[in-house]
Amino acid sequence: MLKVTIDGQTIEVPEGTTILQAARMLGPEVAPPAMCYYSTLETSGGYCRTCIVKVTKGSEKDPRPMPKPVASCRTMVMDGMEVQNKTSPELLEARKGVVEFLLANHPLDCPVCDQAGECHLQDLSFEHGAESTRYEFERRTFEKIDIGPNVQLHMTRCILCYRCVKVADQLTPGRSHGVLNRGDASEISTYIEKSIDNEFSGNVIDVCPVGALTDKTFRFKNRVWFTKPMDAHRECDKCSGKVALWFKGADVLRVTGRKDAFGEVEEFICNTCRFEKKDAADWKIEGPRVIDHKSVISSNHYLANNQVPDFAFREVADYKAIEDKPVQPVPAQNQLNN
Amino acid sequence: MSKKLLLKHDHEPGIQTYEVYRKHGGYASVEKALKTMTPEAVVEEVKKSGLRGRGGAGFPTGMKWSFLAKPEGVPRYLVCNADESEPGTFKDRYLMSRIPHYLIEGMITSSFALGANTSYIYVRGEYYYVIAILEKAIKEAYAAGWLGKNILGTGFDHDMYVQPGGGAYICGEETALLESLEGKRGNPRIKPPFPAVKGLWGCPTVVNNVETIAAVVPIVNDGGEAYAAIGIGKSTGTKLISASGHINKPGVYEIELGLPVEEFINSDEYCGGVWKGRKLKAVVAGGSSVPVLPADLIMKTAAGEPRLMSYESLADGGFASGTMLGSGGFIVMDETASVVKNLWTFARFYHHESCGQCSPCREGTGWMEKVLHKIVHGHGEMKDIDLLWDLQRKIEGNTICPLGDAAAWPVASAIRHFRSEFEEMINSHAVEHA
Ligand SMILES: Cc1cc2nc3c(=O)[nH]c(=O)nc-3n(C[C@H](O)[C@H](O)[C@H](O)COP(=O)(O)O)c2cc1C
Ligand code: SF4
Ligand code: FES
Repeated sequence: MLKVTIDGQTIEVPEGTTILQAARMLGPEVAPPAMCYYSTLETSGGYCRTCIVKVTKGSEKDPRPMPKPVASCRTMVMDGMEVQNKTSPELLEARKGVVEFLLANHPLDCPVCDQAGECHLQDLSFEHGAESTRYEFERRTFEKIDIGPNVQLHMTRCILCYRCVKVADQLTPGRSHGVLNRGDASEISTYIEKSIDNEFSGNVIDVCPVGALTDKTFRFKNRVWFTKPMDAHRECDKCSGKVALWFKGADVLRVTGRKDAFGEVEEFICNTCRFEKKDAADWKIEGPRVIDHKSVISSNHYLANNQVPDFAFREVADYKAIEDKPVQPVPAQNQLNN
Repeated sequence: MSKKLLLKHDHEPGIQTYEVYRKHGGYASVEKALKTMTPEAVVEEVKKSGLRGRGGAGFPTGMKWSFLAKPEGVPRYLVCNADESEPGTFKDRYLMSRIPHYLIEGMITSSFALGANTSYIYVRGEYYYVIAILEKAIKEAYAAGWLGKNILGTGFDHDMYVQPGGGAYICGEETALLESLEGKRGNPRIKPPFPAVKGLWGCPTVVNNVETIAAVVPIVNDGGEAYAAIGIGKSTGTKLISASGHINKPGVYEIELGLPVEEFINSDEYCGGVWKGRKLKAVVAGGSSVPVLPADLIMKTAAGEPRLMSYESLADGGFASGTMLGSGGFIVMDETASVVKNLWTFARFYHHESCGQCSPCREGTGWMEKVLHKIVHGHGEMKDIDLLWDLQRKIEGNTICPLGDAAAWPVASAIRHFRSEFEEMINSHAVEHA
């Protein structure tokens, strides 16, 4: 076992653990944000640079600090390593820079984007970004493309995390390209349409951290925060059948995988479960899904100083009560302009 | 004082052909290594020589070679980086097109040292005529028995291939080069693992620059110590410099490391002085990626010592007052040149060449270019200078490969040393627009 200290908290982890994984073991409050790494997708990570941390001590053997911030998702823990994440103002400033770069060409069309409310880029910019942009030039845009009958690709919103490429890669053997052009003209290639034409292609929607890949059967149906997530399952011969159903009244508007506190699905689900089972009678309902505090679906998420709303971790039984409670005014110290 | 190793015979008529090259002592290093030395002994000579990578980073070659993993039953590869796309750098093209056999000889000798039975020369795609020259020379070498099976009856087999590059600067970054060589998109890999452990097709691989590999020839012929005696301190041997810009005699020069910069610029043997009798304004000493220095700091260090053409002397003072030898692309600007306009050209290049994998480089290079475009075209504001400074600072050190740094350093150094020029440009346009 290797000992690593992150922001003053020490944990022992097995050999081969990355700094990010170790930080996640310590909990969501310690873990750096990760926009491209996805634990179940091989070779993911390393691209977005949001997960950078400062290594102030390399290891017990070689205590020298690392000269530059490192991507925690791709850097292995060494015994005795010491890492700074939120405790380093310098690092937070560098991360702010990364966020600004990610937003430079982003359309900021949240008001018309299906992902709003469960978008990792929204969360990231709230927690780590600057209040406004310094980018004053025209932003790049692309035409929308249909990737198969159920998925739409809106490249304009894409942050090139490569997650969907890895999904396509790892669900369809022999496939190796997913990006056309280079630099800031890069785009996810439409070749994807052919190559992920299989029962699991819908998972590109769940792994996309922004609103670049959306579910056409859900597009513009509703804002996610007006829908109610329920854990449910069914007998399925292709996948585990364990999903989250998103209800509006008695109607199932959307089916997704079950996402954990880090926004990763617990299990990939098949297209039949995702796109074809939109009747509550198709499913065995397990109960309301507790949404992680990071989502605005849990409302009043945007608290000052990254406080965790106690709300998020309430018992499932409380869920109904919260739903029915009238909206409380936000206390002054919690307001956005803090 | 001129000591020539690589370009000793470059003006010999017919030196491109095997016969003439052989007549001037060509392939002696292969003979010596294969017949009288063990691979380890060759590596030892390279270590002793103090040779440092000529591709830009200056990493000690002997050390790089000794890191090569040698698992049982797994092939090893030598890959020659001839992608040469750094603006201001054109020395490899000269060497390969003039004396192609020099590189091939170095490749065989180096491959023997590394235990590589296959090697590749990855040549910048736009150098199509160089590719033809190399292919012809390789054919000649096969015919003369320097390549193929059982070379010189020693039992050493070696095959060599030329691969045209993917048409991108990024394919010169060693792991992007390997991806491209494998037939994939030329995106840099995330390191570790390093090529010495997992390189081409997952096998241990050494990637070296053309000039580095060529330098192995005199090292084996004359011994590592003789090579180390040339040059100064840890900057041993000779270096090819591509000189361009506002000078009387642009071209490729072989210099002994340690030559004073002033002599290099002004002597008739080299640049022949700044053209049209004008005054020197600035120099980019090691290819577009390295910091630009104003005339006084390129001639003398901040401490007042004469600046020398060596890894250490050019880097003296860190980035505050120094620069880097880099790939040896020496770009001279006279007093009429605009550092800001030149910077915009570089910024356009890096924006165009970013592979787009990591966000700071993908978005930052384009942003910096747009801000510089705005300034150069008369719409700049004072705050843009600080914005540029902040952007380069947030790219540097935060990327997968050094292209991000290479895009950031020219911006940082131009602002550091020529801030007033930015201000003048912005002010003069402000008057115009008022
Ligand atoms: C963006 C980029 C472009 C590069 N282009 C070249 C090149 O054209 N030729 C080269 O020899 N090295 C180039 N390099 C350096 C290589 O990655 C590598 O360090 C070099 O080939 C190692 O050879 P050496 O040790 O003999 O110098 C480049 C590096 C980067 C980051
Ligand atoms: S620094 Fe630029 S060129 Fe290098 S991997 Fe990142 S995006 Fe690609
Ligand atoms: S999550 Fe680590 S670089 Fe993107």
